[in-house]
Amino acid sequence: MSQHILSVLVENKPSVLARISSLLARRGFNIHSMAVGPTADEGMSRMTIVVDAPEMEQVKKQLHKLVNVVRITELDPQTSLEREIMLIRVSAAPGKRGELLEIGTIFKATVIDVSTASMCFQVIGEPRKINDFVELVRPYGIVELVKSGRIAMGRDTKTRKLRAIG
Amino acid sequence: MSTMSGARALITALEHEGVEVVFGVPGGAILPAYDPILDSPIRHILARHEQGAGHMAEGYAWATGRVGVAMVTSGPAATNLVTPLADALVDSVPMVAITGQVATHAVGNDAFQEAYTTGITMPATKHNYYVTDPREIPDVVREAFHIAATGRPGPVLIDLPKDVLNGEMVWHKPAKLSLPGYRPTVDAHPRPIKDAIKLVEASERPVLYVGGGIIKAYAHRELLRFAEATRIPVVTTLMGRGAIPDDHPLALGMPGMHGNYTAVTAMQQADLLIAIGVRFDDRVTGNPATFAPGARIIHADVDPAEIGKVRVPDVPIVGDARKVLEELLSKWDGRDAPERREWLDTVAAWQRDYPLRYNQHPDGPIKPQYVVEELNRLAGSDTILVSGVGQHQMWASQYWKFTEPRKWINSGGLGTMGFAVPAAIGAKVGRPDEQVYAIDGDGCFQMTPQELITASAEGIPIKVAVFNNGAHGMVKQWQNLFYGGRLSAVDLGKDFPDYVKLADAMGCVGLRADTPEEVGPAIEKSLAIDDRPVVVQFVTDSEEMVFPMVPAGGSNDDIILSREDLP
Repeated sequence: MSQHILSVLVENKPSVLARISSLLARRGFNIHSMAVGPTADEGMSRMTIVVDAPEMEQVKKQLHKLVNVVRITELDPQTSLEREIMLIRVSAAPGKRGELLEIGTIFKATVIDVSTASMCFQVIGEPRKINDFVELVRPYGIVELVKSGRIAMGRDTKTRKLRAIG
Repeated sequence: MSTMSGARALITALEHEGVEVVFGVPGGAILPAYDPILDSPIRHILARHEQGAGHMAEGYAWATGRVGVAMVTSGPAATNLVTPLADALVDSVPMVAITGQVATHAVGNDAFQEAYTTGITMPATKHNYYVTDPREIPDVVREAFHIAATGRPGPVLIDLPKDVLNGEMVWHKPAKLSLPGYRPTVDAHPRPIKDAIKLVEASERPVLYVGGGIIKAYAHRELLRFAEATRIPVVTTLMGRGAIPDDHPLALGMPGMHGNYTAVTAMQQADLLIAIGVRFDDRVTGNPATFAPGARIIHADVDPAEIGKVRVPDVPIVGDARKVLEELLSKWDGRDAPERREWLDTVAAWQRDYPLRYNQHPDGPIKPQYVVEELNRLAGSDTILVSGVGQHQMWASQYWKFTEPRKWINSGGLGTMGFAVPAAIGAKVGRPDEQVYAIDGDGCFQMTPQELITASAEGIPIKVAVFNNGAHGMVKQWQNLFYGGRLSAVDLGKDFPDYVKLADAMGCVGLRADTPEEVGPAIEKSLAIDDRPVVVQFVTDSEEMVFPMVPAGGSNDDIILSREDLP
């Protein structure tokens, strides 16, 4: 089953998150990740939902039936900006810290906590980069891992020349 | 500025919406709302069970086209309302449900009669509200009625904590609606209308496949004009019976699992289906992979999510059924109706060769189909006919000649047994000058008979024909056909209850017919009574089955016409 990214603008009303997750569950669509936060307009929130579904027409139409859902945009992974944040605590005996720091540098990861037995990295980036980092540090022993869920927006294709790369 | 309680604001808001009747049951959390209703012109009908109140609101909405209102308390009352809400959601019945809730400070503490009503009803409503401030009440009520009645109609629930009902507020007229996420598409886009006309012109074997959307949108006149202008035969789904008069030469009756041969086969052999206000329900399509295999599809519905859900159409049209038909008619205008002789002759031959049939032996047990036909003959097609769910519902839909919309009320999508009696009461309250007759199975009847007490107490003279075959007939039919005749938990017995005594005990007139010759006189006697509800017990043939039948999930090509045709 393929993953699709939906950017959903919703009214900032009580239970709106429950309405969306309940609807997706009831219609048999599997939520891979979901990230919610306020927007520049305080009456609205933005949800980035990654859904496992064979096709998205029904998902989008059913979501649109919710009164509090204002706009739904399906983002094409090829032309959208995706980011995720991960905090990962890795076993790090004093002799291993140097190796781990090197890996961290390559990934622009930040060490946000360190103890005698472990180090905690903050990694920000595209989901693939984050997954690569996980695989590289896995042999050292992952103690704990948490991800924010993906957030995404479309690239500004109207004023393409002006956009910065990244 | 003078203040009023949230409860009075609620009743005032309902009055502003033009509400004339509320069906309900009081209780602790909703108590504050039951005081100001005493001073209101709104009539309150005291149902005997909250489920009954909900189905009454539905029946009222079906019969009048207006929003039905049910009001109950918190906790178990709200959960009892879930079935009518789910029923109204799938059958697109406009309804507003008002539930009491424990006070806001007690919410979440497992207080007495607390249930998470908005959470429980989230998937059973079109939208719901949990109100935390009495000042919100005018706007919330306005929005609720707007959402319930527009687009694809449906139920909306308003949950009101007791302290919100008791709280003071200054009445204000509702603000302009602010629903940025709710903008139903009503007007059809011109492009697909043009494409649709091209397909209609090119088709040789078209069928209009129409349903509840025609009734809800009051599109029956436009449907008739379009069918006649294009000379296209019309099948009417269970929800769409009455969309075109059954005695019209282009009317083919009901398709689907228990549809007649012509309606089913015309769709199977069509090269074009013009589907309006329908949702390709599994009870119509059978196995969707083998449904109408040679047909191109024009699908018009006010709910975009229905389009392409089951079958991807060649021409999708989002819009209100009446607007769509008006547009189709205006684009078709001026063209002569095609002759379509070959197709219409084929269809007519099917109608002649494969009519619905049953045998009523003069000495045999009463056939349920005979009761439907006699009732239709004696009460007339202008009767509002209400049914429950099961065999009797199918026979009613098959054998009654529907001649106008909003005269047929039943639970289609959810299939709610126990729907008929309370829905008939709601219909009669909304249309007091019309004859309202319910046909109910004995299994269904035993689920909600207590509402006949409501009917007696409130002076609502409905009539109920109980088809007493002593069994859950449809389940029994499936056990006979698909479980080798191993009958399990379907026997209701014919010895009790005594429906005549039961009716009498509830303040109704009870009548009974045991033989075919008693059927007509019993119906006539029931029709002569108009000051009390009447229950007529028809002791019907226990072995009768509903035919034609397409086994669940089977192909509509494999329609079984009668018991003799069983494999």
